Amino acid sequence: MLIPLVRRLTPRSLGVALAALAITASALTPEAQAQNITGAGATFPAPIYSSWGEDYAKDGGDRLNYQALGSGAGVTQIINRTVDFGASDSPVAPERLEKEQLLQFPAVIGAVVVIVNVPGVDGTKIRLNGELLGEIYVGRIRLWDDPKITALNPALKLPKIPISPAYRADSSGTTSIFTKYLSAVSPVFKERTGAGNSVAWRTGLGAPGNAGVAAAVKNIKGGIGYVEFAYAAENGMQALQLANANGKFISPSEPAFVAAAAQADWDKAKNMAANMLNMPGDMSWPIVSSTYILVPRNPKDPARTQSVLKFFDWAFRNGRPTADRLHYMMLPPEVQERVRTQWATLAPAGKPLWPPA
Amino acid sequence: MNTPAPLAIGARRMHPADTTFRLSLHAAGAVVVIVLLSILAIMFIGGKLAFDTFGVGFIWGTEWNPVTKIYGALPAITGTLITAILALCIAWPIGFGIAYFLTETCPQKLRTPLGVAIELLAAIPSIVYGMWGFFVLAPFMSEYVQPWLTNTFLWIPPIGDSFFWFTAPPIGVGMLTAALILAVMILPFIAATTRDVLLSTPQLLKDGAYAMGATRWEALTGVVIPAVRGSLFGAVFLGLGRALGETMAVVFVIGNAIRMPDSLMAPSATIASVVANNFPEAEPGTLDLAVLLALGFILFVVSFGVLAVARLLLRQERMS
Repeated sequence: MLIPLVRRLTPRSLGVALAALAITASALTPEAQAQNITGAGATFPAPIYSSWGEDYAKDGGDRLNYQALGSGAGVTQIINRTVDFGASDSPVAPERLEKEQLLQFPAVIGAVVVIVNVPGVDGTKIRLNGELLGEIYVGRIRLWDDPKITALNPALKLPKIPISPAYRADSSGTTSIFTKYLSAVSPVFKERTGAGNSVAWRTGLGAPGNAGVAAAVKNIKGGIGYVEFAYAAENGMQALQLANANGKFISPSEPAFVAAAAQADWDKAKNMAANMLNMPGDMSWPIVSSTYILVPRNPKDPARTQSVLKFFDWAFRNGRPTADRLHYMMLPPEVQERVRTQWATLAPAGKPLWPPA
Repeated sequence: MNTPAPLAIGARRMHPADTTFRLSLHAAGAVVVIVLLSILAIMFIGGKLAFDTFGVGFIWGTEWNPVTKIYGALPAITGTLITAILALCIAWPIGFGIAYFLTETCPQKLRTPLGVAIELLAAIPSIVYGMWGFFVLAPFMSEYVQPWLTNTFLWIPPIGDSFFWFTAPPIGVGMLTAALILAVMILPFIAATTRDVLLSTPQLLKDGAYAMGATRWEALTGVVIPAVRGSLFGAVFLGLGRALGETMAVVFVIGNAIRMPDSLMAPSATIASVVANNFPEAEPGTLDLAVLLALGFILFVVSFGVLAVARLLLRQERMS
């Protein structure tokens, strides 16, 4: 319990943890008649799943018990069938889904932003592109007044201080999304570091959780780091502008994330794992990704899997206010329809689980 | 057993309760051994895949790359040893000073409150130390201590072209900050053990020294330290053992960089911090998990070795 808590030491996650405790506690009382849906996995969407769970229970639905153990643990638990659904920030490989009899669908969309602390400079005015960000994170660019950076920021007076890149010390879906983006846009980053939940960083320092990265950037003059947008927005961090695939410099904002998500090609996406990184479009923020849910194709108890589908169907229809409040993006309506179509392919013992009778 | 024997026959026969008691004591003793050995065995079996894949070279491999799945333990081992030894170098003189002050020169009225204060230091949870270190000590280090160290010790020549002692960007977190936190954490253990050791010095020896006209310093260096030398080392090693395995506080302040450090202030990682950071996402049966268990095994062996040395020194003391 300790480590997952440390990974997201936000006030919000504390609330979530307390809420989860409250849910668990109330579920233990004999009066609780409603069924319990159990899920485990990614920490990144944990706040919204938990909030949706509370709202759903208030709305007369089942109770959700979601444990933010990390994406890896979520995949393991659903493979072992110890939970009703697993949650993972990165899509699971098609062969593995096949082998383990799992259906994967996206649930919600989030974005990663780059926060900075450069003394005397408004961080939100700083412009970088993916190549420079990659070179910073492999230690090729070491000073804020490097000619390559000043060339993109002629109007700013950048100081001659070292750049201290901060990264997640714990293995994390946020790291996975960020390193996938850097590997896609920076050949040197791809060669020297590569993408994954945890990678071999060539420079900089690791801090535990989003809170740790944000605090490290706050503490260190010349610091730069990546966090979930939700976190940066709630804590008033200065997030810089990134160049997108069209070469336009974009400030992170929800319309920019939605614009990127709208560009995703769902037709070509295998198992609904549509790429949203570095999307074309003048308005698109380059580091956007959806997070995934895994349910068994051959459930022991089909009714429980159906309860999971009902929960996400309810969330797709009623979850928007919560998503806005917590800075997540809903799936576009046509994608939600695609997800429901996928659900209809779940038919243990020949009886389709969706739509529910 | 030593009851007076009104019935000579009954004294030979054990009461059933006695037998049960004796057996349960044996069982209680066995539990420790069984738990210890099974932990060691499980660590080794779980980590076997790592040793099979990388051989003994796992111990001195310097690359730790989760993407290419090439793992070497040397960066973590180096970080563990440097932070622990550095912490000891800071905590031992202070701990000894506290202990000597408490036993010899401290006014009687202050002894109890000071002793309690030191014990309270041991009662602070390690995560509190970690957060204090991260939010308070690290900014202070980066603002004042590290720039000063860099400027003051610039003259020390580097080891080869890869280790620069105190020359590093002042980012606050790193091995030095971790060592400071660890030093505060092991201080109470060292102070308490040293105090007990000093108290065990025969008063007669000390009185003799003072009777000969020795000053406090002369009595300390000439009589007390030679008399309890082994036990003093024992106290040190107990502190070292604690520093080697500390996890949560270190995660916050070490900087979590699993690469060979290029200075004493560089971010690094310890075995315990690497395991804590990567365990939640390591899936069963994978090399990732095996590597972490193998690291645990190495830490176990290192800590065990340290404690064994400590016991050996303490025993020598008792025998002499």
